[in-house]
Amino acid sequence: MRAPFKKFLASGNVFIWGCAAGVSISLLMVFGLLLLIMINGLGYFWTSNIIEITLKDGQRVMGQLAGREVIPRSVTPDRPEGKGRLRVKIGNRDIYGLDFKWVNDDQVVSQTYPTDVALLERREWGNMYARIKTIYKGETVLVEGNDGGWIALAPLIDAANELHQQIDRIEKIEIGSINADIEKARLKIRTLDTKESGHIDNLNAQIASAESRYQEKTVELDALRAQFNEYSVVMLDANGREKQIPVGQIIRALRPNEMGLFHKSWIYLTNVWSVLSTEPREANTEGGIFPAIFGTVMMVIVMSLVVVPFGVLAALYLREYARQGTMVRLVRIAVNNLAGVPSIVFGVFGLGFFIYAVGGTLDTLFFPERLPAPTFGTGGILWASFTLALLTVPVVIVSTEEGLAAVPREFREGSLALGATKLETMLKVVIPSALPGILTGLILAMARAAGEVAPLMLTGVVKLAPSLPVDSSWPFFHFDRKFMHLGFHIYDVGFQSPNVEAAKPMVYITTLVLITVVILLNFTAIVLRNHLRKKYAGSVL
Amino acid sequence: MQNAPRQSPEDDSKVHTVKLTLNQVNFFYGDRQALFNIDIEIVKNQVTSFIGPSGCGKSTLLRCLNRLNDLIEGARLEGRMMLDGMDIYSPDVDITDLRKRVGMVFQKSNPFPKSIYENVAYGPRLHGIKNRGQLDQIVEEGLKGAGLWEEVKDRLQASAFGLSGGQQQRLCIARALAVKPDVLLMDEPCSALDPVATAKIEELLFSLKQDLTVVIVTHNMQQAARVSDWTAFMYLGEIVEFGLTKQIFTTPAKKQTDDYITGRFG
Repeated sequence: MRAPFKKFLASGNVFIWGCAAGVSISLLMVFGLLLLIMINGLGYFWTSNIIEITLKDGQRVMGQLAGREVIPRSVTPDRPEGKGRLRVKIGNRDIYGLDFKWVNDDQVVSQTYPTDVALLERREWGNMYARIKTIYKGETVLVEGNDGGWIALAPLIDAANELHQQIDRIEKIEIGSINADIEKARLKIRTLDTKESGHIDNLNAQIASAESRYQEKTVELDALRAQFNEYSVVMLDANGREKQIPVGQIIRALRPNEMGLFHKSWIYLTNVWSVLSTEPREANTEGGIFPAIFGTVMMVIVMSLVVVPFGVLAALYLREYARQGTMVRLVRIAVNNLAGVPSIVFGVFGLGFFIYAVGGTLDTLFFPERLPAPTFGTGGILWASFTLALLTVPVVIVSTEEGLAAVPREFREGSLALGATKLETMLKVVIPSALPGILTGLILAMARAAGEVAPLMLTGVVKLAPSLPVDSSWPFFHFDRKFMHLGFHIYDVGFQSPNVEAAKPMVYITTLVLITVVILLNFTAIVLRNHLRKKYAGSVL
Repeated sequence: MQNAPRQSPEDDSKVHTVKLTLNQVNFFYGDRQALFNIDIEIVKNQVTSFIGPSGCGKSTLLRCLNRLNDLIEGARLEGRMMLDGMDIYSPDVDITDLRKRVGMVFQKSNPFPKSIYENVAYGPRLHGIKNRGQLDQIVEEGLKGAGLWEEVKDRLQASAFGLSGGQQQRLCIARALAVKPDVLLMDEPCSALDPVATAKIEELLFSLKQDLTVVIVTHNMQQAARVSDWTAFMYLGEIVEFGLTKQIFTTPAKKQTDDYITGRFG
């Protein structure tokens, strides 16, 4: 008995099995996590049918089925186990106050899927599930009845969406640029001496003309808004309660129970696109996540632009120029340990050093006219990127050093023997050959930075940024602006939202998008690295 | 002393000038002494070979000639090394200028990860030649000098790593020739090559010595006998015997040399 067991142990198979089990468990965990996120996230875009449930007490519930669950004992200790309840998204938050309703199984009398119910996506108050009663133009009745109203509604919504875009453009771009002009003139006046009164009068005149332009725009806006709110529709909910809403509030009206698979798939794709391309609504629980995607990508790119030169220079010094002694060894250990410092500590450092010290100094030197309002003395995408660059610089240093160490000595000697100086050898032979290593460092740094949240909360991330850090007003890149970030978005929507149930799918989607963004960024770098590897592949001998 | 006339190995009446003079050279890696009292003269436009067992200091001596040992921390040289009467180790010598005059080919062929053309143009570019036509000419001359032109003239822009081992080594020779050196140092240039590639490089040596002085380190006794005019036998960091190759291989003065050459030792 003992001998075969000993033999078995000695064969080393146990060790192989152990390794295989370790790999399998890791892979299972990773793919399980990805699958969970994908199922929960991708399901959100699907428009499920609207169910109408009649309850024992005669009440009706209408909405989309969001799931079913076993009633926890803690909620209803008297009920026998195994009883379930349905979770229905009933929407109509302006009427009921809550988006979701739980319906116990034993309350249900009948379930139907009526084809005449409309799903209205709205700019405020979430979805509405109801039938159309009347459409008004101002005070006069335009159309009566559900089916007639449904036909009449579609063109009205299209027109309203177009108006909304127009209003949005005027508010954001045109009035925005007027405000920027006024602000610029006002700041100039503050910097000028009172003696230069001629110049000041000139500026005041500029402000006055800008203000009159502003007045014109407000008049135009008022007219558009009136047009926007001209039509309204009275909706009837499942229990016959009426609610009048302006057509301008409706983004899209659907009758999901009427739609075929093809139509639903098309709606699915438009839903995906709208999440990726639009701004959030309703405290981030609805609408899109475009500003967060943009902020994440831009921050990672700015961080890369900072971290690569610094990391590479540091590694070059440590590996190529510094005398390899105790001191360099200590520095190396310190750099490696820097990677283990909790990221929030980097956040605190970024806040104290970059924002208060550097940013505050920049403000007093270059933007004194704006004080006490800070420009760079407050969190922004630049400081967040710098902080993350600091956080990830050890990774770049370590990989670059490895890359440099892997460059064959023959390359250096070959170059030096031709009369190249050390610098020329470095620039023309060593660094190009070490590029794959440098890019590996960059890949690791990007993955780390894109997923970091804690330091960002102290250095410039916000729940809702009023504008992107890149826009059409000069100088186009506004590195002082606060920004949105997918990682912080997950935290904010999932845990700071007043409407947790409604926000849940958004959390999954944001996670999915964050993972996709990281993968795409990495993929780009990996393709680049493979290209370079091929170019600088080792010699044949 | 240097530039003094010396007897030709082939023809006693022909006069040759000395290119390199090594005078009481001692070399140290930190505390360890690697070369002891090296005292030889290397003749212009001839091939001098260093032979000896592994670790005897032949490569070290060779790398002293273009100061490549300067890269090693703690390396130190005593004595004098003169190139055309100029002290190689004098503080006012421009080291890049020296290496331009004293080219080197390594044991392991080491083309850069660039195209064939860029490999040969690397040196001239470093030394400030930007004119495309001039570079084209230098590259062609270099490749012709290394006997590689016919094989690669149609694929100059291809990667150097696509060449065979022997071609890569000849590319390295072409690269060294492109900076127009006076002296070419070769550190066991054929040790990784097959006999055909080796023969090609040996052939090359005969044409190379028309224009420059060649110093070659080799493990291969037959090679030393075939290609070199002068031979230095080294053992444990010292030159045991130095003289005309003919003489060393036929009537060595020292028994140690005889033993090594005949394969009884080493």
